[in-house]
Amino acid sequence: MDKIEIQDLDLFYGNFQALRKINLRMKAHEVTALIGPSGCGKSTLLKSINRMNDLIENCHIEGKILVDGKNIDDEDVNLLRKKVGMVFQKANLFPMSIYDNVAYGPKTHGIKDKKRLDEIVECSLKQAAIWEEVKNDLKKSALALSGGQQQRLCIARALAIEPDVLLMDEPTSALDPISTAKVEELILQLKENYTIVIVTHNMQQALRIADQTAFFLQGKVIEFDRTQKIFNDPKEKKTRDYITGRFG
Amino acid sequence: MNKEIHIQKTVEIAKKKKKKSTHSIASVLVWASALLVVAVGIGIVIYIMIQGVPYLNSSLFEWNYSSENVSMLPALINTIFMLILSLLIALPIGIAGSIYLVEYAKKSNPFIRIVNLMIDTLSGIPSIVYGLFGSLFFVKFFGMGLSLLSGALTLSIMILPIIMNTTQEALREVPMSMREGSYGLGAGKLHTILHVVLPSSLGGIISGAILAAGRIFGESAALIFTAGTLAAVSGNIMDPARTMAVHLYALSQEGLYIHETYASSAVLIIVVLIMNGLAGLIKKCSERNTIHG
Repeated sequence: MDKIEIQDLDLFYGNFQALRKINLRMKAHEVTALIGPSGCGKSTLLKSINRMNDLIENCHIEGKILVDGKNIDDEDVNLLRKKVGMVFQKANLFPMSIYDNVAYGPKTHGIKDKKRLDEIVECSLKQAAIWEEVKNDLKKSALALSGGQQQRLCIARALAIEPDVLLMDEPTSALDPISTAKVEELILQLKENYTIVIVTHNMQQALRIADQTAFFLQGKVIEFDRTQKIFNDPKEKKTRDYITGRFG
Repeated sequence: MNKEIHIQKTVEIAKKKKKKSTHSIASVLVWASALLVVAVGIGIVIYIMIQGVPYLNSSLFEWNYSSENVSMLPALINTIFMLILSLLIALPIGIAGSIYLVEYAKKSNPFIRIVNLMIDTLSGIPSIVYGLFGSLFFVKFFGMGLSLLSGALTLSIMILPIIMNTTQEALREVPMSMREGSYGLGAGKLHTILHVVLPSSLGGIISGAILAAGRIFGESAALIFTAGTLAAVSGNIMDPARTMAVHLYALSQEGLYIHETYASSAVLIIVVLIMNGLAGLIKKCSERNTIHG
């Protein structure tokens, strides 16, 4: 069974149709990249998977998204978001200490035991490859960290609620090349334990980290295949034009 | 052709010159205005200090007021009671109402506009009108009499606009991305508001509360008809209570204790200045905490 299955998804903002008949399947422990020019609907699709679009007035969705074979609309939205974690484009840490940022999720879901929280925080920071840099400053404000560190801390925060799926919305677009490399390396490690869907503007990034890639254009999936196939031998002319930099 | 260009250039130069001269006149004017504001403010404070501070003595701080000592202590204590009680009533309502308007109500909801229109209207009403209303509504209609409670209820209505304006502003300043971060971790709306939004906007809310406190300290007209002018420490909320500003009004009305009036004003001004300073400091601190976000 596929981890995530998107069936005939249409999404409207008011009268504007942002997504048209999307069909995608994602296997567990794989990285799926969503690529395409700005405004093509890839972030919108990503946000549909953990129902972040519920927050937007006038947003209307038809079709189905299944996670572990269950329709996400039938699930409690907070439990869905616990299972399907998200990392945003810009680091959006809370104005709290590093420790409290990571502990926020588990605390929200009812974990109160201090020892257990300590374990979760340490484990999440280690998984996000930032433990060595912050282990002596856990009580310091998270906002004092550098941009790259903040983004990895966001990943740690998302991992702390022990999700199965990790959605990443252009997580490296605001980072320098060295921080980007760190995050990419991290994603490759994380796919051992998580199913990852990542939106990226950077095609080289998709090529480096993704097992499969979907190319979006104007709300439609133009082509969806294994990453190597998409980049080496695309079926569609538009895909070829985009990845060779002829437009977008 | 050349001529035209030449004319154009002269016009431009003339415009620039004119611009420069209006610019310098304007800068002198705004500078002078700013100076005037500062001078008036500092002037009043200094004048009252000179008039009042030399007459500050221990008899002004005796527990029991008499027409000999004209002690301000009962009024000072009552002011603090009034402050606490008014804030206790107004803060929860104001904060909860603002949370509804900013976090729950849909942007298109016409109710938001109506509420904010009411807030603006309330803040424009002269305080004596609040006093008359309080006297009819709380003192007479609800039979609370001239009391700390009637006064505090009246003041609560009066400071509600300040609290709601500052709280709404503080809540709106919390970036949407922070709320998304919390929702994305599976936190519910209320949890997000209580654990992320409110703590982030606490600085703004507190500085609004302190501004409101300044208003309470300085209010006399709304209290004369609602809390009365009895110069004794009120033992419970149904006792009448003369606050500092009312005390000043009463003393200056009597005309016999002009030095003591100034001395009491000096104390009131110092308290209000400290309050405002505190508000600025807290605002600054909270901005520093969120500026990186």
